Amino acid sequence: MSPSLATTPPAPPAEPVYNPRNYLNAEAGIASWLLTRDHKRIGIMYFVGTTMAFALGGLFAMLIRIELLTPGPTIMSAMSYNRMFTLHGVVMIFIFMIPAIPGIFGNFLLPIMVGARDVAFPKLNLLSFYLWAAGAIIALYGMIHGGADTGWTFYTPYSTTTVTKVVPILLGAFVIGFSSILTGLNFIVTTHTLRAPGISWMKMPLFVWSIYATSVIQILATPVLGITLLLVAFEHAFGWGVFDPALGGDPILFQHMFWFYSHPAVYIMVLPAMAVISEVIQAAARKNIFGYRAVAFSSLGIAFVGFFTWGHHMFTSGQSTLDAGVFGVLSMFVGIFTAIKVFNWTATLYKGAVRFTTPFAYFLGFMFFLVFGGMTGIALATVSLDVHWQDTYFVVAHFHFIMVGGVIMAWLAAIHYWWPKMFGRLYSEGWGLVSAVLIILGFNATFIPQFLLGNSGMPRRYYSYPERFWPLNVASTAGASLLAFGFAIIAIYLAISLKWGKVAGPNPWGSRGYEWGTLSPPPPENFLEQPVFDRPPHDYSEELPGMEVTHAT
Amino acid sequence: MQPEAYVAHHFPNLRQQEHAARLGMWLFLATEILLFSGLFTGYSVYRFLYSEGFEQASRLLNTTLGTVNTLVLITSSLTVAMAHHFSHQGRGKTAAVLLFVTLLFAAAFLVIKGFEWTSDFHEGLLPGRFFTSTEVSATGGPMFFTLYFLMTGLHGIHVIVGMVVLCVLMIQCWIGKYDHGYATPVELGGMYWHLVDLVWIFLYPLLYLI
Repeated sequence: MSPSLATTPPAPPAEPVYNPRNYLNAEAGIASWLLTRDHKRIGIMYFVGTTMAFALGGLFAMLIRIELLTPGPTIMSAMSYNRMFTLHGVVMIFIFMIPAIPGIFGNFLLPIMVGARDVAFPKLNLLSFYLWAAGAIIALYGMIHGGADTGWTFYTPYSTTTVTKVVPILLGAFVIGFSSILTGLNFIVTTHTLRAPGISWMKMPLFVWSIYATSVIQILATPVLGITLLLVAFEHAFGWGVFDPALGGDPILFQHMFWFYSHPAVYIMVLPAMAVISEVIQAAARKNIFGYRAVAFSSLGIAFVGFFTWGHHMFTSGQSTLDAGVFGVLSMFVGIFTAIKVFNWTATLYKGAVRFTTPFAYFLGFMFFLVFGGMTGIALATVSLDVHWQDTYFVVAHFHFIMVGGVIMAWLAAIHYWWPKMFGRLYSEGWGLVSAVLIILGFNATFIPQFLLGNSGMPRRYYSYPERFWPLNVASTAGASLLAFGFAIIAIYLAISLKWGKVAGPNPWGSRGYEWGTLSPPPPENFLEQPVFDRPPHDYSEELPGMEVTHAT
Repeated sequence: MQPEAYVAHHFPNLRQQEHAARLGMWLFLATEILLFSGLFTGYSVYRFLYSEGFEQASRLLNTTLGTVNTLVLITSSLTVAMAHHFSHQGRGKTAAVLLFVTLLFAAAFLVIKGFEWTSDFHEGLLPGRFFTSTEVSATGGPMFFTLYFLMTGLHGIHVIVGMVVLCVLMIQCWIGKYDHGYATPVELGGMYWHLVDLVWIFLYPLLYLI
């Protein structure tokens, strides 16, 4: 029993301390970064690399939107336009979204969250970063020397006959696939073998559960993409005819093999986003998650069902009605597992003590995009409706809502939530909220018009369009500009915070995630001494010493 | 040198580190199987589409050489398993000799494969549009040889990678690196070699026998 709060005056809150000996300054020099095996430094390198990829993909997106500002040619030729949307897709999916959250936050946080000093295979971890970088450079080489005009899906037989530089881009994606496999392998082994005493499976942070589910998909699906892309590259180079109908090959087989990876790849992108949201919501609401087991197992459920839904990309490819129906129903199962998460996150807010911080603003954005995008996904999984929407802007808007909306919101939430842990400094909360509002509004303004365009029949990937689609295209481009503006603000205030931000201290949010128990920025081996994990993560049910809120007398 | 000297800084003990290494290797082998599964899927689909042509094309392969190669690879799996056994007992020199025998078998496999490929080239049994043989009357002959060269080619690359791995392990065994109660790398290399063997055991009946 603590002494009465009314009689003892509360001690003045101590000034937050910047950990003087941390992973950022433990070693100096460029070689100490390039050869590091510290998972935190590798995470920071992914941060820099994937953010550059995001900027490049965003630039391509802006060029596409400017081109579509008027019905006819605006700033580029039809051929350049084809290259732009291909490169936008390739960069955003393979180089940015798949590695972003696992590469940055999985690397930085997963070992800390299981109480380990590093991932199981630190050298392999560094290798997977360099494989990512090598793949990105190979793909970039292809982009500079001619680009590709196949779309990011590389559908045969066009992709095997196009004169553009599709081979280096395929090989780049293949190499990045290896990086993704090794990262997943590392995380699975780390989760199995390096959990500190006290962290049982049911006491793992939900972030770890979701990243674990992601890793399972990464190692099981990515090799299939690898061999498929190799076959396309092979066929483009030598004409062996695996997918070429003129030589007895079957282009539909390519579609099956491609989507066997590329549909689960959607969950490789969105499960880490869900991982972030599960952490952010508990800290923001200052309340234990509602239904820990349901949230944890629904991640595995999504990973499992995700392997049996690929056929919904091929409803109009001559699939039998029975196949289409089965794939449609299985696709809707994903909606069930996602809904479990959505309801549990919402229920976590109930009677919570919500602090409206920037990460929380992105949580709200995430919920809107996930639910809206998810519901349109259920609609698209309905075969009869999909036949109307196939290859229209409705599909484009759908997957941008759920994948990009979901991932970008979670990525920004993660950056804002863990920034004080990673760099030990705070950013301007006011600017954070302003840019969050700009980005959420901008995103809606960009993609809601695209839903309407698709529904009234505008096909995707077309260079020009009839005049009746003009106003909605202008609205979409305006929204995209708002988005770009929002991202520019974020880049500025985060850069300022790195040097001049207020010192955050170990735990500025009063969060009870395990990672907040160590110093900010963390020391090189994560903890100064082996921590004791005697409570579940985010257990807000009891007051912790030194963490009580001061009561008014 | 004590076994504990091999423990990396982030593992609490050697047992846990070995467990992690083994688990990592199993997962890696799973990804290898899925890499091949793409080709196996392609094989199944085209076998179904062109069953007549595949049957005729399959008969053009040299079953005797294929069978000999199967025996060679299975025996090499035995010697690599024995090498692992002896390295665990601290008998590095014996293990190194056994690994050397394994390498000889692997080389023999590649040489025999090379003879097969050469005779295929001469008979015009080539992939896709390069196929010139007139022995296959039904459609599907060129596709069979596309898959044949892709599958045996990818497998051959794995044999070469495996040989490099085993060669490194052989040298390390010979200089006594694994004589002190820590031989996990030999075990992992052996697991990889077994996978290479296992893939062939599926390729052999699919390509040569049925």
